[in-house]
Amino acid sequence: MDTEISDVRKNTKIVIDGALYNVVEVDFTKPGKGRSVYRLRLQNMRDGGVTDRTYRSGEKVDAASMSTEEEQYLYHEGDQYIFMNSKSYEQHGISEKTLGIKKNFLKEGQSVIVLMFGDEAIDIQLPITIDLKVTDTETALKGATITAQNKISVIETGYKVSTPAFIKVGDVIKIDTRTGNYLERVNTGK
Amino acid sequence: MIMPEDEQKRLARRRLNLERRASVFKHIRDFFNEQGFLEVETPIRAPAIAPEQFIVPFQSEDWYLAASPELHMKRLLAAGYENINQFSHCFRKGERGRWHNPEFIMLEWYRKGADYQIIIEDTEKLITTVVYKLGFKKSIKYQGQEIDISLPWPRITVRDAYIRFAGWDPIAENDAERFDLDFIEKVLPNFAKDRPTVLIDYPASQASLARLKTDNPKVAERAEVFIGGLELANAYSELVNAKEQEKRFREAIEQIKKERGQTMPLPEKFLEAMKSLPECGGIALGIDRLVMLLCDADKIDDVMAFTVDEA
Repeated sequence: MDTEISDVRKNTKIVIDGALYNVVEVDFTKPGKGRSVYRLRLQNMRDGGVTDRTYRSGEKVDAASMSTEEEQYLYHEGDQYIFMNSKSYEQHGISEKTLGIKKNFLKEGQSVIVLMFGDEAIDIQLPITIDLKVTDTETALKGATITAQNKISVIETGYKVSTPAFIKVGDVIKIDTRTGNYLERVNTGK
Repeated sequence: MIMPEDEQKRLARRRLNLERRASVFKHIRDFFNEQGFLEVETPIRAPAIAPEQFIVPFQSEDWYLAASPELHMKRLLAAGYENINQFSHCFRKGERGRWHNPEFIMLEWYRKGADYQIIIEDTEKLITTVVYKLGFKKSIKYQGQEIDISLPWPRITVRDAYIRFAGWDPIAENDAERFDLDFIEKVLPNFAKDRPTVLIDYPASQASLARLKTDNPKVAERAEVFIGGLELANAYSELVNAKEQEKRFREAIEQIKKERGQTMPLPEKFLEAMKSLPECGGIALGIDRLVMLLCDADKIDDVMAFTVDEA
């Protein structure tokens, strides 16, 4: 899809010679009376390689037509996380590197939105917050009940997060999927 | 996806820069006042503006938001006003980045009887005066680099700069596209880091509203000032030939029509006034960038209360 370079933003996905790139950074420069120059930092979505490209005003890039589908997270094997379209039963793998922090919030059977470029799964979208159960935590230190001291808790996906001292095993807590930070306790476990 | 930062925190963090910004305005006003300049105001919204191939204006109904106050200031000069200055809000579509916001403040001043060399001397005096008044000595520090601002600032011709840093002569060879790209990639990055640079004598094809040298019509009497990698100001010995100006405007209008499909009107009132425009020199200086330099700010956002993304 032809797109004016001036409409390219951070996280726009573009295609160059058949390969899909994510725009990591757009550096706009322009001599007062001259042409605009856009320097893009691009990350290859397949191998993670980073490259820089320069465009002048008026040039067009091929913006990738992306689609989304709802899929279920199945399991991970090596560095691949496997998702399945529950209608077509088609399975797609996404690398651990691409998922980044998001890999910590995947429960088996969980529904996620998968970003597709043709037949290829590129990335997933998670809700901004997600509720997960605490499976292990340190016992609160004696005498620390009144202070706002934090401790490490483990949630059902195995991810370790810093929580307030009052969190117990079985509690359900809300986590920000962008930062991985604890937000609040949703339910007290039995 | 990222939540907008809390506005109070952002504005609190920018406060020192905004206070310094206010001091910069005050010192500039004092400077021009002491020199007998008249501070003027001209319309932000007008029926016609200077057509420029690479400056995209915002439209306001059938009119335009000013991309520069130049034409109206020259109409004042044509009517007998001699030395005038103005801070004006200018608007340029699509210009957003570390050094750009589509709305910004331009300082322009014009001197009757002056040429671009005299205007550059004004600029040297103005900026060093502001720097001293802010309490700096002979140098400022910008992004970790000490910059010696003692006068005079080194001048280099466009021809010499391109031969030295890009390996070709843009006066002999007219290649406007390569000119802009090489400027950003080869010429500007090679300017001395510890001194301001004044780039002078542009190719005639980049003259815009500047007059050509009488002894060498391939060269326009145009100069630009760079400090710390920032393009700060653009000066001209002003073109006063209305016929030549109309020809350049018509060429620009045609280019704009071809490239952007936009029909720009000819600035008739300005061209009429230009018939009585005296010999003069003038300059446009980006105030936000000057404040960036004086606040050691690496992006324009840090010296504005509200950028386009925060408005």
